Amino acid sequence: MISWFQSAFALLPWALQKTFWIVVVLVILILCVAFTTLLERKVIGFMQARIGPNRVGWRGLLQPFADTLKLLFKEIIIPQNSNRFLFIIAPVLSTIPAFATWAVISFNPDFVLADINAGLLYALALTSFSVYGVILAGWATNSKYAFLGAMRSAAQMVAYEIAMGFALVGVLMAGGSLNLGQIIAAQQGSVLHWFLLPLFPLFMVYFISGLAETNRAPFDVAEGESEIVAGFHVEYSGIGFALFFLAEYANILLICVLVATMFVGGWLSPFEGIWKIGDTWLAQPSFFWLAVKTSFFLFCFLWFRATFPRYRYDQIMRLGWKVFIPITIVWLTVLGVLIAFEVPPWFD
Amino acid sequence: MIESGIFYVFASILIAAAIGVIGFRNPVYAALCLVLAFVTSAVLWVLLEAEFLGIVLVLVYVGAVMVLFLFVVMMLDINTEQMREGFTRYAPLGLLIALTVAGEIGYVVWTRRAGLPEKMPLPTEDYSNTEALGAVLYTDHVYAFELAAIILLVAIVAAIALTMRKRPGIKAQNIAKQVATRAEDRIRMVSMKAEDPS
Amino acid sequence: MIALREWSKTLLLSELRSGLAVTWRNMLRPKVTVQYPEEKTPQSPRFRGLHAQRRYPNGEERCIACKLCEAVCPALAITIESDIRDDGTRRTTRYDIDLFKCIYCGFCEEACPVDAIVETRIHEYHMENRGDNIMTKDKLLAVGDRYEAMIAADKAADADFR
Repeated sequence: MISWFQSAFALLPWALQKTFWIVVVLVILILCVAFTTLLERKVIGFMQARIGPNRVGWRGLLQPFADTLKLLFKEIIIPQNSNRFLFIIAPVLSTIPAFATWAVISFNPDFVLADINAGLLYALALTSFSVYGVILAGWATNSKYAFLGAMRSAAQMVAYEIAMGFALVGVLMAGGSLNLGQIIAAQQGSVLHWFLLPLFPLFMVYFISGLAETNRAPFDVAEGESEIVAGFHVEYSGIGFALFFLAEYANILLICVLVATMFVGGWLSPFEGIWKIGDTWLAQPSFFWLAVKTSFFLFCFLWFRATFPRYRYDQIMRLGWKVFIPITIVWLTVLGVLIAFEVPPWFD
Repeated sequence: MIESGIFYVFASILIAAAIGVIGFRNPVYAALCLVLAFVTSAVLWVLLEAEFLGIVLVLVYVGAVMVLFLFVVMMLDINTEQMREGFTRYAPLGLLIALTVAGEIGYVVWTRRAGLPEKMPLPTEDYSNTEALGAVLYTDHVYAFELAAIILLVAIVAAIALTMRKRPGIKAQNIAKQVATRAEDRIRMVSMKAEDPS
Repeated sequence: MIALREWSKTLLLSELRSGLAVTWRNMLRPKVTVQYPEEKTPQSPRFRGLHAQRRYPNGEERCIACKLCEAVCPALAITIESDIRDDGTRRTTRYDIDLFKCIYCGFCEEACPVDAIVETRIHEYHMENRGDNIMTKDKLLAVGDRYEAMIAADKAADADFR
């Protein structure tokens, strides 16, 4: 039966096969986003000595679907003096890049939607594109709070993109390729071969910039509910709000996957090359390990949100321009020396 | 067949967007049209298998430059009437420049085309646009490339030097100093004899 | 030396890490959430909830329309009108408590010389129509009749401390 399906599937035209896989990835991604919202509420609840949602379904497992349904059936309110066209298109513009970036993610050794050479750059370019949704939403709403949120988020994203780009340059130097699959392959060997150790400062910079780039706590001044209500999406309700939410969480997942891919060996197993375990499935590179690593970083995102108070705006700018960029530049020179002298075990 | 279809779709979007850039009265719309033009031209480059250039175009212009443009444009209150005043006066000059540029482009395309084969050879399977660009930039054009880098550096330094003003009396915080402060730096413990309240 | 220590502290994010440790510890702690409709927190007999008017065991209403509660009410939630009843006693003809104005301070209960107006433990009530927030005399007496056993028990439990 399964083999019959497989042969039938192989007969389909190439474009249809690709479309099928794109749909599969998107559906799984949206489900992941849905459960990430639940996970966030649960984790933060637990850290605040609460239980979190537990009414809908077993232990609240159906909560994301209840939320989605609620948002879908809510009335969409478009403010009177807003720019109607841009107001409607802004959430779409923030959702598209958040999903499109997943095309270059290498999910396991032989599954990637688009195996392009410049995958790393593509990811960086599309994450930088996501700022447009925020800016346009803020401007089109025609509200001072939304506009302030948009301005803050635009400045913040532009500032942190530079640090992010520099961190990626380090990964590119270490991996010797812009293709995410090849970057992972370059980390093969054992846990020590991962880029986490030689690129540790860049890893920290990239992860923290990722927090800032997705406007997450402690860098969430773009929404800063205590100052500017909800920032750029104050006036959004129903499906528009849901799309912003979707984009935000898809971006979070994306940053987590990218960090897992570039610094801790993506789908490579941590037990690789270890005696006894080395032969079992645990040591095989598989999607399982990517999922484990991604989940860990996702948990860190939520953990940080539950722990850290919001940065003040000038501190955010200071951190981005005066701390991260110098750190990355210094470490790039260190990395250049490491590579030039072919320091084992990473660059031999 | 599909590729040329995609090309024509995106090329027409590109032209429409380019017209929009100069046609819209609302500067925010114009800036957004420019973004659209950049994205579509990036798509055209990717169609030519120059994915590095295409992505860098999106990264640099769409991701950074246009964000700052929009940032400024959204803050400004531009009086379009005032800007239109000189239109008829400068129109002949503008037309002349436009014609010159168009003529130059046509001449270059025409003369270059003459020596080239009708169809360019397709890149081989393991061809990497990024690697090829890097190889060319750091070998054949290394001086020009480094010169451009230095000019950019000078521009950065100049931009900072121009905007940085050291004003006296600014109450900026030195955060490192604040964090490093100990109680001993701020408080002086004085031992006093207990006073008799009566 | 101090500068060096501060630098390493900043670069190694030691303060951030100690903050993270706090949230991590709290995540593993047992949760104290009360699952409300199924579980309820214990209530004191002095709990101040919905108002009620009480009667004497013979069925006579306690309230003598002295208007002390109206006078003491800090939110001006109580409105009383009184008249002489046929048997010559002074009784209220109107006794309204606006639940939206009431701040549940319990002063009316304390001011009452005959323990007529009391605040019961009932706190899960709602209004469905405009005007339902006014507790009229009939409604108050009905609440009192219905929950007399509970009110009497609470009063007895609290009597030693009054």
